[in-house]
Amino acid sequence: MSTTILVLIILALGVVGWVLGNWRARTSVNGKTSALHSRPGYYGAYVLLWTTLPALLLLILWSAISPTVVSSMVSSRLPETVLAGPEQTRALTMSTIGMIEKGLSRLSSEELDKTADPATDVKALLLSKGVPLAVNPEPFAVDAARFQLAVKNSSQLLLTASALGLSLFCMAFGFFQVGPKLRSRNAVESVALAGLLGCSMVAILTTLGIVLSMLFESIHFFSMVPITDFLFGTVWDPRFSAAGATNEAGGQFGLLPLLWGTLYISLVALLVAVPVGLFSAVYMSEYASSKIRLTTKPLLEILAGIPTIVYGFFALITFGPLLRDAGALAGLSISATSVLTAGLIMGVMLIPFVSSLSDDIINAVPQSLREGSYGLGATQSETIKRVILPAALPGIVGAILLAASRAIGETMIVVLAAGIAPNLTLNPFEPVTTITVKIVSQLTGDLEFNSPQTLVAFALGLTLFVFTLALNIYALYIVRKYREQYE
Amino acid sequence: MLNVQTSEIENRAVKLGTTDGTKVHAKDVNVYYGDKRALFDVTVNIPDRSVTAFIGPSGCGKSTFLRCINRMNDTIPICRVTGKITIDNEDIYDPSLDVVQLRARVGMVFQKPNPFPKSIYENVAYGPRIHGLAGTKAELDHIVQTSLEKAALWKEVKDRLNDPGTGLSGGQQQRLCIARAVAVGPEVILMDEPCSALDPIATAKVEELIDELKQNFCIIIVTHSMQQAARVSQRTAFFHLGILVEEGATNDIFTNPTDKRTQDYITGRFG
Amino acid sequence: MTVETAPMATGTLIASRSKQDIQARIAKRYAAERRFRAYGVSAILFGILFLVALFSTILVRGYSAFTQSAFTLDVNLDAGAFGSSSPPTESDLLMADYTKLANRALFQVLGVDPANRADAKAAAALLSANADTQIRKAVLADPSLIGKSVQLTLLAHGNVDSLMKGQFDRNIPEGRRQLSDKQLAWLDKAAEAGFLAKHFNTGLFTYGASSKPETAGVGVALVGSLYMMLIVLLFAVPLGVAAAVYLEEFAPKNFLTDTIEVNINNLAAVPSIVFGLLGLAIFINFMGIPRSASLVGGLVLALMTLPTIIIATRAAISAVPPSIREAALGVGASKMQSITHHVLPLAVPGILTGTIIGLAKALGETAPLLMIGMVAFVVEYPKTPIDAATALPVQIYMWATAAERGFVERTAGATLILLAFLVCMNVTAVILRRRYERRW
Repeated sequence: MSTTILVLIILALGVVGWVLGNWRARTSVNGKTSALHSRPGYYGAYVLLWTTLPALLLLILWSAISPTVVSSMVSSRLPETVLAGPEQTRALTMSTIGMIEKGLSRLSSEELDKTADPATDVKALLLSKGVPLAVNPEPFAVDAARFQLAVKNSSQLLLTASALGLSLFCMAFGFFQVGPKLRSRNAVESVALAGLLGCSMVAILTTLGIVLSMLFESIHFFSMVPITDFLFGTVWDPRFSAAGATNEAGGQFGLLPLLWGTLYISLVALLVAVPVGLFSAVYMSEYASSKIRLTTKPLLEILAGIPTIVYGFFALITFGPLLRDAGALAGLSISATSVLTAGLIMGVMLIPFVSSLSDDIINAVPQSLREGSYGLGATQSETIKRVILPAALPGIVGAILLAASRAIGETMIVVLAAGIAPNLTLNPFEPVTTITVKIVSQLTGDLEFNSPQTLVAFALGLTLFVFTLALNIYALYIVRKYREQYE
Repeated sequence: MLNVQTSEIENRAVKLGTTDGTKVHAKDVNVYYGDKRALFDVTVNIPDRSVTAFIGPSGCGKSTFLRCINRMNDTIPICRVTGKITIDNEDIYDPSLDVVQLRARVGMVFQKPNPFPKSIYENVAYGPRIHGLAGTKAELDHIVQTSLEKAALWKEVKDRLNDPGTGLSGGQQQRLCIARAVAVGPEVILMDEPCSALDPIATAKVEELIDELKQNFCIIIVTHSMQQAARVSQRTAFFHLGILVEEGATNDIFTNPTDKRTQDYITGRFG
Repeated sequence: MTVETAPMATGTLIASRSKQDIQARIAKRYAAERRFRAYGVSAILFGILFLVALFSTILVRGYSAFTQSAFTLDVNLDAGAFGSSSPPTESDLLMADYTKLANRALFQVLGVDPANRADAKAAAALLSANADTQIRKAVLADPSLIGKSVQLTLLAHGNVDSLMKGQFDRNIPEGRRQLSDKQLAWLDKAAEAGFLAKHFNTGLFTYGASSKPETAGVGVALVGSLYMMLIVLLFAVPLGVAAAVYLEEFAPKNFLTDTIEVNINNLAAVPSIVFGLLGLAIFINFMGIPRSASLVGGLVLALMTLPTIIIATRAAISAVPPSIREAALGVGASKMQSITHHVLPLAVPGILTGTIIGLAKALGETAPLLMIGMVAFVVEYPKTPIDAATALPVQIYMWATAAERGFVERTAGATLILLAFLVCMNVTAVILRRRYERRW
């Protein structure tokens, strides 16, 4: 019985449990439901939870543990030669066995019996069932696969029996507890509260998942390429990943050219976004009438809602060529994909980000400071420049840091507009490449998961994550401190 | 030298163009917030070099009228002012008059102390800087020192001029705000309930300060506290529901009010 | 000297300065004020101008993608083309030489002699390579057509399409042109006679990936995006609302709660590409879900959308005044009941708005999908969330990097479709907010 069907059956049992619990609660007080501690529905839910939760927990645990158990049982039956061999061969053997087992599971029982005979052409037989094998498997592999299939089948059978048994047993347990005195609502609500807490933990789990997965793969990468070569290398030339090649023969993985490109483009972007965003925020909050604010603010915020791929496309087909032609007119050689193209477009993307954050922050500056300044005969711009902006400075710095973190992690604009050449150049008219561009280019196309060419993407991702995390946490801290100051 | 001073004073008197010493004159002033009328035909004369108190229950329009005198109401978009207010016979709502210059002449101190988040020195130097009153650093230092002295704060802060103004106690902050207003060299100082956020001791200090400042400035103070009005002011105006009910020497108002509403208010029947 | 340090010292500073001095200074200050204001206005204008430039460029480049040139031809489906058996077997129907049928029909109207090999080749190049599939589809749908002459609308080649849309430069010397003079003459004649015309491009919405621009469409990508949006809804909304309810209503002030809050705020700012790496490492490598599956894409996007939904839901919940909660508690409801019966229903508009905005963000997200193999050449509609799929923005990315000229128009057209979806979603969100916004 497949796991999906098992889950469905358990859920169906849960519904039965609900009906039973509800019914028992009503009959226990002869229909006078006001005599119950809780509404009858809560008794139903109480039995339902007993019916489903323990069984589903068992199911999850079983699914998590059983593959490890099965594979250790199977590998213990492999011949000495394989067990003594290098880890990679062993992994390969195990995956071959997995493929054979997948094929065997599609055979009828007579065909399956035939495979026990070494003379049978297993490869052809499996191909006819839609499972292609690279080579004709060795008898021990077929044998191990048959064993694996048998173990898996019995494991599934055991699971089905124990899960259904547990479900029924717990249903009965819950059912017989139902009575007018049972505080079923409190019990159900505690389970619900635990569920809510579990849902909020997803945020922590996600962060943990990000950190662990990247750390794990990066460590794998650094076992092939020394970490100092990565961090301080000035040449990025990973070569292409040759299939099956896991040695460090190919490529240099210097982070510096990518980091430089990332920071350079982000700097250009901030040079556009900060003044424009700040001035529009100031105008919006200090000068504009509410009518103008109501129309222009959403207009600017549209810029934030446009997907970055659209910005990238615009840079690729219109802005880049435009800049190149304009440069040619002025006698400058600007390449269509360049620091300037990517930086300017990214700057525009960041405008609403800077402006809406700054707008909030400027609005948080107390009105009394404005009045104090006007009362001394300051003009509006003097008040803004000398009182409001200095007072809002910490918050604005926080906003700029958040924008910088956005710029560093931005992908699609730079993929389409920055170029792919890793360049350590100061010339803004030349193409450079960034960390995100290289993550994309190392991970699209065919993957050989154990090659440094692929794994380097995770090291790059970790670098990116650490950078943005530091910026975000510091920026959020500043902004929070700032808000507290005026609350 | 003495001659110079006397001629200066004569000049000022000539400029005033008044012999009774009226500094601020208001005639038929009405204020509207959108459709709502907040002040009704207020007419009043306010003398120079004395303290005038505006009293009245909450929402009676006393603060609104105060804010008309340095046109702070301009910062509220829906607010409209009609009528005429003059300072030294100069119409302050004349379109050719510059509001920035007006506010340099008419300083203001607010209900809650609102020092800028800058150093004590920078707080006081702010006004002189934007108006370009000091040519050199020494002149600016001088203005800051005399202003702080006038606000009776110099002794307490002279060793920590670079500390943030927001770090002072509430009473000190309010005196800093007074020093800030004085530093621009105003002729009139408006105070909008300057002691309402202060404890009694700080209040006493500020009141003492007001008493000294009146020798040089025309001071108008809005207050909730009748005792305070009685203590610091020479003249008192009583506002009720947007109407200036009665105005006169403080002693007369408190001992012998002519209007029934004034009497009710000062005897504590309402408000 | 004593006089100068008299109390009026600062007052005299103003008095002592000449009127001209003061006037000049005021004028300067007001000039600075005007300049400052001008900076503000130009900053806003800059943003709006860019917006206009962006939209108009994409509109100008993309509107033509919604029409497609096609020949309307009388195709003679004579029985001889379908093998010897009568009626033809299914394999006859599948294997018949439809290209020949299409070419024959075209030669007839253009007046091309099939025996002239060069002419025939040049004329055949005017039809899309997909023309045979179109005829086959018609025949498979209705085998009774065999033996008759049927009028069919067959796609023209991409070059013909650019000619019809005026994107083709006839002034380039013939040798370097995609279409020869002879072909141009045929096409002019065909257009004049009316059997070559532009039609509404339904293919753009139904086709999948293709190496030929005229048969490339966003249909498959739309289905992939739809699957992902459903998965986001299914996962992110219940999780997000539950987390928000917990944090806003139940969470005690302790270390765990603080950690959760910091994590949520931080996840909202983690680069999207990092989520892609997470998906690759956890969902594909560790859990073994196939690459390119919309399930993986949906899960990654759901994790990305989660913070948005949590933050929006918390705002909506905290906007419900405490008096409502107290009223419910006052009549003996449990805290959980007061929330499910009163607070959540009142917060629904806010939650919906946040959800729609989160979905709109997820719909336009590209970078994480590149990581999990959604950059795939998918021709077939995915039937389940585990089948290989692609997404609308990824399709735009793939076309944007395609070399062929015809794809620029397709890219812009697909961008317009994406933007249209986003506009609809955001407008819905704004309307919801306006209509149900309550001021307590």
